[in-house]
Amino acid sequence: MHFFVILKTLVKNLFSKPATVKFPFEPREYPEGSRGQVVIDTSTCIFCGLCQRKCPTAAITVVRAEKKWSIKRMQCISCGACVDACPKNSLKLDTKYYTPDVTKKEDTYNA
Amino acid sequence: MIDEQSLITINADDLVSQVEKLRNSGHRLIQICCAKIADTIEVNYSFDNNYSFTNLRIILPLSDLRINSVSAIYLQALLYENEMHDLFGVEVKNMAIDYKGTFYRTSFKTPFNPPTDKA
Amino acid sequence: MEGKKRTIIPFGPQHPVLPEPIHLDLVLEDEKIVEAIPSIGFIHRGLEKLVEKKDFIEYVYVAERICGICSFIHGMTYCIAVEEIMKLNIPQRAHFLRVIWSELSRLHSHLLWLGLMADAFGFESLFMQSWRLRERILDIIEETTGGRVIFGSSKVGGVRRDISREKMQEIVRRLKVFEKEIKELSNVFIKDASVQHRLCGVGVVSKEQAYALGAVGPTARGSGIASDMRKLGYAAYKEIAFEPIIESTGDSYARCLVRIKELFQSIDIIAQAAEKMVDGPIDIKVSGTPDGEFFARSEQPRGEAVYYIKANGTKFLDRVRVRTPTFANIAPLLKILPGASLADVPILILTIDPCISCTER
Ligand code: SF4
Ligand code: SF4
Repeated sequence: MHFFVILKTLVKNLFSKPATVKFPFEPREYPEGSRGQVVIDTSTCIFCGLCQRKCPTAAITVVRAEKKWSIKRMQCISCGACVDACPKNSLKLDTKYYTPDVTKKEDTYNA
Repeated sequence: MIDEQSLITINADDLVSQVEKLRNSGHRLIQICCAKIADTIEVNYSFDNNYSFTNLRIILPLSDLRINSVSAIYLQALLYENEMHDLFGVEVKNMAIDYKGTFYRTSFKTPFNPPTDKA
Repeated sequence: MEGKKRTIIPFGPQHPVLPEPIHLDLVLEDEKIVEAIPSIGFIHRGLEKLVEKKDFIEYVYVAERICGICSFIHGMTYCIAVEEIMKLNIPQRAHFLRVIWSELSRLHSHLLWLGLMADAFGFESLFMQSWRLRERILDIIEETTGGRVIFGSSKVGGVRRDISREKMQEIVRRLKVFEKEIKELSNVFIKDASVQHRLCGVGVVSKEQAYALGAVGPTARGSGIASDMRKLGYAAYKEIAFEPIIESTGDSYARCLVRIKELFQSIDIIAQAAEKMVDGPIDIKVSGTPDGEFFARSEQPRGEAVYYIKANGTKFLDRVRVRTPTFANIAPLLKILPGASLADVPILILTIDPCISCTER
């Protein structure tokens, strides 16, 4: 019978740095390539609407006539399908996540 | 090809005897599933024996969705059969436990085979 | 049974130790369970039905979201099924990358389970330590795929991201360090008297029972059935040397041991895959639409998953059917429960590692 097998781990734990970061005060470092929010470079976008068609959650709306590109942030699942689809490479997945909110936000970008 | 898949179509009447035969030769029931193809429902019974895969298929017309239960041979079949009943409206006779349509809590009945296109 | 009163206690769908909703009607005689009747369907999302709205390439994203823990393997199995129907020969490197990510997801899933298990028998610090170690794996996953639990890196025709040679070596190095820490922690599960007290001899399923009831994954292997779908050789598993881990006692402790040993096995598989990996492209272009049907099977952390896909030559599939491991393990659970005492129910349910949201899709 073994008792308190975890003791060694616990003692070690007592004298080591916390495993977590103090989040809101200490920012989290996102590794390169992390799939955060979608950002658009409206100067190169041609408003072809390909991203809208490829998006599995229908988060993107492109209005060609008004040169308007909008994204429902809370609907986006950061899958990157739009980034892969864009013929002009105007879209990018930023490593930063979108800030949580209590309302369903839609961001609109105009050229 | 990963493994050979033998798909055998059989008559609904032969189901119980065929399944019994497979059980006696040491097969394990992997799953039972339905697929709605045009105006029929295909019911697939899949078995595994030491990594080799066998599938029995029964084709039911939408007008006559009745089938015998195999839950007396494989007890776990009752879960799949209740699922079949709740999602596709297939009537399964002699199930070990009949939930009578309360196994899945769906907001309307038989979502995978909506009543509007029942024959 | 005359003279004894029976009580029916509804268990779940909300219960402090159950992360997910399953409901059981427990028929009790005093403290002892004589029968358990399950009912599910609290979180039926109709993801299989969604295939009528999404084309077969897009559906990968849906398949990945069937389960939040074994997400990668779900996506991968779906892709394998579609690739088999379309007769696509995907590059070897993609196969190896799939193996690596599958094993990473197994590592994080088993650590998650160990933590939940410790929590269920009230060993809080063990729970925290397991999850602290799990975070290491999540970091590796995020660095290589960009997501912590939803990998999003499998696609029809290959994978979406590559892991460079240096990165691969670094991962193997980090896993070596990680292995030591896991060893220390798993000692607690293996040796500690309080853990053994809660797990040994509880919830025994014999080999015959488990086989007859179609148990899969660690639930089957804990009872001595050597069934591990990785042996089918999908992805690059045929190039990798490993043997299914089995335990013979069939109790909760055996199921726990199987998962612990699989942690080390996964680390070994990743190291092998990193070594045997070949250079080359990671995907091929997919054109055309699938026509035909296929049953794809894969080994998830919880057991065997079956994907049945029926395609009709258009870009929308006729039917996608997912038989998740938990669905197969509910039947053995019903054999485990009778005879146990009420206090053991949460632990017994946890030993099959239930993942209810993937059960109901
Ligand atoms: S696909 Fe690219 S170019 Fe086309 S509308 Fe979207 S962002 Fe603009
Ligand atoms: S990342 Fe995915 S979900 Fe988000 S907008 Fe792009 S395609 Fe849509």
